[in-house]
Parts: sequence; C-alpha cells; structure tokens
Amino acid sequence: MSATFIHRKNRSTGLIALAAALAMLGLGYASVPLYRLFCQVTGFNGTTQRVSVAQANSVSVASRTMSVRFDANVERGLAWKFKPLQITDTVSIGARDMAIFTAKNLSDKAITGTATFNVEPAYLAKYFNKIQCFCFTEQTLRPGQEVRMPVLYFIDPAIMDDPLADDVEQLTLSYTFHPVAGETANALDRTGSGS
Amino acid sequence: MATSAPESTHGQTTDHAHDDHDHKPRFFARWFMSTNHKDIGTLYLILAIFGGIVGGAFSGMMRMELAEPGIQYLDFFARLLGTENPSFVETLHLWNVLITAHGLIMVFFMVMPAIIGGFGNWFVPLMIGAPDMAFPRMNNISFWMTAAGFISLLISAFVPGGYGNGAGIGWTAYAPLSTYGSQGLSTDFAIFSLHLAGAGSIMGAINFITTILNMRAPGMTIHKMPLFVWSMLVTAFLLLLSLPVLAAAITMLITDRNFGTTFFDPAGGGDPVLFQHLFWFFGHPEVYIMILPGFGIISQVISTFSKKPVFGYLGMAYAMVAIGVVGFIVWAHHMYTTGMSVNTKMYFTAATMVIAVPTGIKIFSWIATMWGGSLEFKSPMVWAMGFIFLFTMGGVTGVVLANGGVDDIVHDTYYVVAHFHYVLSLGAVTALFCGFFYWFPKMSGKMHSEFLAHLQFWVFFVGVNTLFFPQHFLGLQGMPRRYPDYAEAYAYWNGVSSIGYSIMAISLVIWFVNIIYAYTMGKKAEGNYWGEGATTLEWTLTSPPPFHQFETLPVIEDKGHH
Repeated sequence: MSATFIHRKNRSTGLIALAAALAMLGLGYASVPLYRLFCQVTGFNGTTQRVSVAQANSVSVASRTMSVRFDANVERGLAWKFKPLQITDTVSIGARDMAIFTAKNLSDKAITGTATFNVEPAYLAKYFNKIQCFCFTEQTLRPGQEVRMPVLYFIDPAIMDDPLADDVEQLTLSYTFHPVAGETANALDRTGSGS
Repeated sequence: MATSAPESTHGQTTDHAHDDHDHKPRFFARWFMSTNHKDIGTLYLILAIFGGIVGGAFSGMMRMELAEPGIQYLDFFARLLGTENPSFVETLHLWNVLITAHGLIMVFFMVMPAIIGGFGNWFVPLMIGAPDMAFPRMNNISFWMTAAGFISLLISAFVPGGYGNGAGIGWTAYAPLSTYGSQGLSTDFAIFSLHLAGAGSIMGAINFITTILNMRAPGMTIHKMPLFVWSMLVTAFLLLLSLPVLAAAITMLITDRNFGTTFFDPAGGGDPVLFQHLFWFFGHPEVYIMILPGFGIISQVISTFSKKPVFGYLGMAYAMVAIGVVGFIVWAHHMYTTGMSVNTKMYFTAATMVIAVPTGIKIFSWIATMWGGSLEFKSPMVWAMGFIFLFTMGGVTGVVLANGGVDDIVHDTYYVVAHFHYVLSLGAVTALFCGFFYWFPKMSGKMHSEFLAHLQFWVFFVGVNTLFFPQHFLGLQGMPRRYPDYAEAYAYWNGVSSIGYSIMAISLVIWFVNIIYAYTMGKKAEGNYWGEGATTLEWTLTSPPPFHQFETLPVIEDKGHH
C-alpha cells in the first residue's frame, strides 16, 4: 500500500465520518419540528387533538359520562387574572361541550398573550378533541379589559376501548397564559428579584 | 484537510528519507504546533491532570461545606473568588457554580482528555502498528480547541451569571434555568466551552475512526485488534453520533438566550422538555464514552498480568459494540420524573436493563481471564481488580435506578450521586490510574515506584468507598442533590463522606510523589517491562518509543495479538 493510497483512503473515510457528524447535527435541529409533530399525532405528554366541525359532526354520543376539570394559570409575573367559570363539567363521551374561561388584564398597558395547554392524565390527551379554542390564536387584552374565552371540545368515544382509561373518572384540562414571545421582556420580569 | 497531503503521510517513509529517526522539533514547535500523536497525547494528559486538580479542588470545597449542616464556608469561598461582601443569594449561587464547574470539568476536561485524548492518542497508533494518527494536524486542532474550551469555562467563573459570578446551570444546562433563568455572560461562556470541547472531540473521533479503519499494520484484521483499540473505535463512533446532537441543543440554548428564538420557551411554542431529550440523547452515550476506553484498558491489563489472552475476545469486542448501540436508545431513563406515561417508562426500563447483559459479559470475561491465569499483582493489575469491584457496585445501583418506579422515589437524591460516582469517579478514574501505571513507564521511560502505586491504590480505595458509599444511605433517606445545606438527620453520613474525601485526597498526594519519584529517582524502563504477558505492539518498542515509530510497518503473524 503506497502512502498516497492510504492518504486518499483516509480522506474519504474522514469525509464520510464528517458527513455523519453533520447529519446528526441536522437531526438535532430536525428533532424540533419532529418532536412537535410526534406530540400532535400521539398526544404525547398531554397534547390535545384539534378537529374540524365536520369531523366532530360524525362522532356519535355514548351513554358513559366523564368529568372534566378545568385549570387556569398565568406565567409568573404576567399581570392577568385568568380562571375557569366552571370548576368541573360532567359530559357524555362524544358530546360537544363548551367551557368558559375569563381573563382580565390587571395592568395599565395592552398585553398580548398566548396559552399553552395540557391534559392530565397525559396518556389520555389523544382522546381530548378541541373544535374551537382561545388557545388557537393570540389574545390581546386592553388595560383593565375582561373577556370570556370559550373552548368547544368533546371526548373521543375511542377512549372507552382504551384499558388505560378504565379507572379514570376525570380528565383535567389545564391552560397557562404566557405573554407572546416578543413582549416577554415588556410584560414581565422573569429574572425575579436577582441582579 | 484537502491540501494536507505532505503532513498526513509524514512519518510513512515509503518515499521519504529520514536520516535522523529521532529528530524532534524545538520546544515551541514541538509542544504548541505538535502533529505527533505521542506529544499530543502528552498534552492531553497534562490538560487532564490540570483539569482534575481544578475539578477536584471544587469537590473538596463542596465536601468541606457539606461536612456539617448549615452554611459554613461558602461565604469565604465567594470572597476568595473575588466577590466583595457576597449576599446570601450570591453565596448560594456559588454553590450552583461549584456543582456546575465540577461536573463539566470532570467530564469534558478531565476524564475525556485523559482517557480518549491522552491514552487514545498515545496508544491507538502504537497498538495497531501505525506511524501516527490519520490526520495529525487535525489532531493538533482537536487538542487546542479542548484547551480553549477549558479556558472559556474558567473565564465563565469570573463574569456575571445572574445572581453572582459564574454559571450555575448544572452540567446538564436544563432550560429554562440555562435560558432566562440565568442572565449574564457567564452562562454563554460555559455553553461556548462545550461547543469548543465538543468540536474538538468530534474531530478527534473522526481521526480515531479513520486511523483505526485504515491504518492498521498488515495482517492486523479488525478481529485481531487489541481490545483497547476496539474500545476506542466504539467510543469514537459514540462521540461522532452523539456530540453533534449536544451541539445542536446548546446552540438552540444560545439563540434562545441571545437571539429571541423560543426552542425551549413555552411562551413561544417551545418545550423545555425537548432540551432534556436532546441533552440526554447525547448525555447517555456520553457516560459510555467515558467508561468504554476504561473497559479497553482493563482488558489489556487483566490479560497482561494473567499472562493469557482475554477470555472470549470476540464476545468482549462485540459486548462493547452492543453497549454502544443500546446506549443510544435508553436516554429517557434520566427523565422518568418529567411526566412520562407508564408504557414509555416500561420501555426505557427494559431497554436500560438490557445493557446489564453485555456489561455482565465483560465483567465475567475479565474474571474468566484471571481464572487459571498466572497472576502477577503488579500495580496496574491491582487497580484493574479494584475497577472490577467498584464498577460492578456502580452497575448494581444502576440496575436499581433503571426501574422507572424506583427512580420516582430516588430521582435527584444522593443515591443517584453515589451511583454515577461509583461508575465514573471510581470506575473511570480507577481505570485511568490503572492505565497510568500500566503505560507511564512506556510513555516517560522511567519506572514509577510500585510500592507507592500499591499504597496509593489502597488509600484511594478506602477513601472513595468512605466518600461515596454513605451517599447511598443519604439518598435512600431522601437527601436531595445540589443543595449546600441539609437537615440535621443527614449530618452523620455527610460527615463520614467528607472524611472519605480527605483520605482520597491523600492518595492523590501519593500519586504526585510517585510521579516526582519516577522522574528523579525512577529506574530506566525497558521496552517491555511487564514481561511475557504484555503482547501488544507498543511493547515491541523502546520506552519511551522513538519520536517516529513503525517506519517499516510491523507484520502481524496469524496467531492473534489480543
């Protein structure tokens, strides 16, 4: 084996290895949209499903009922008061129900917020279907303004075939309002009391 | 790389004429522009020793503070590091800085440079009969990027980190603590240090893979490579595939911190848990990166001092491959408490436990190698046997922690701290000392004192067990990690643990004395000072080996060299 042969072989092996490293770097970034997609498709970690009215119309109502608990939070430092109008609802599985939340801007400036959401138990989130939700869009509240925010949802009857749901009587739907990304610094001081 | 033809073939003398084989460059060119794998290995070892001293000093400060309940010394340490009249919050922030720096330094600037950069650079080319690494110049860049990374981390300790100087984000750098939870440049410096060290390690990995695949001496098939070379090959692949994911994750951290992206910020549609997934997709292979080369060293040493080939050579090699492969699909066992479903936990529990099988193959094969061998208890052998004991202990608690249900209880307690220190601080570090005493005379040409090496082993063994075994009790009693203070109930075993630290520190003094002894009074080392059991190619050379070795490639006979 001549030195140049080894040299050429080294270069191609090295380049293949470099390509593998770059591919993993790309995969690291690709994981961001893939992870989101994965959560949306599987309901992983409490991600709820979003359906159209047409899809909702094709669902039949079952006789079994379930309780839904509503939970509302704001990110620390956001000057909003945000709470559900009803603590729990008992709904028939497959039947549409509307829950109302109220939000009030306690500050003296307009703040735009966006809500993240989650269902507990997380492994049943894939059965929680939202037709309409205030969390689909950003919400802007003028100083002192108070609004009612509706969620139109139903529980997928397929939940009755899931053995994991057998002993579950209640689902908790939780929201947390954050100021939209660009306004974070404006709307709240996340650093706490530190320097 | 495209234009480095003359350098890459340097030392392969098929068409070069070297009239002086041991011609060395002058001091600056030799040590600062080095392309010689042995010199670069030495530089890595020096960096690792320096890193070990700094990281070890930090752990000493922590054990001092933890010796008794209450806050006794942190305020003093904060003043020592340049904060005038530190507030209580700044004092506590220093604790976070200490645990962060200790973790990052020990992982990236002690174990990795020593075992991969140091021993890997030194002995992979020697063991496969190659004149040097495949890309000697890139090897130089790898080292200096690692060194620059270390400097970046040190700088981070002296710039503002939100509640005081230094980055207090933990070695895991979880968002949101590492994003909007830590204002100030310090965290950026710490993250940048990981970029540099990571890039250096990726280049090092490319170098090892190319060297091992292409530059083995004639006749050395892949199934005849010494097990240390096998371990480095698997390690290099783990580095190559896992570090870029860390690079992606921490780059996202940097942009989240400075450029308004929201990869890990729920307010912008991101998810902090995603960072944990990305981190541990790197982090779990990383712990095998730190221990696999140790497995390789132990295999060489056990075989040498049993005077017979390793039992089940192929099984040993492919057990490492299996550990490497399975290591990529178990990452979420670090995240059992992030709200996973039972099914996900079940998968990660089962997959994690599977790793115990190839690891068990290795442990039993080492024992089987010793069985019926002509044992000689030279210092490397004693360290190797200590390794088997300590690593198995850490492995057993690892199997306990692999259970999602158990982990819910002991997650983030001192039980976890005890577990990973048994496999790393006791496992990997014991392997490092084992390799050190095995190869130090080969590298330096001077014999160390066997008496001091044995003495150091026993003091170290007693010290680290006193240091870490009680932490199992503390963890099971519920003492959480990462706090400078604790309830009175934990005082007794914390006191014992801190005494253990002191004993361990004495063992390191013995080590430094031994190094000084070797360089001043040490006998000159022969080429093969361990005798007939040492059969790999580095023992066919002088001690230290010539500056350029294997100018005529050795030919491996068909009877096996493992």
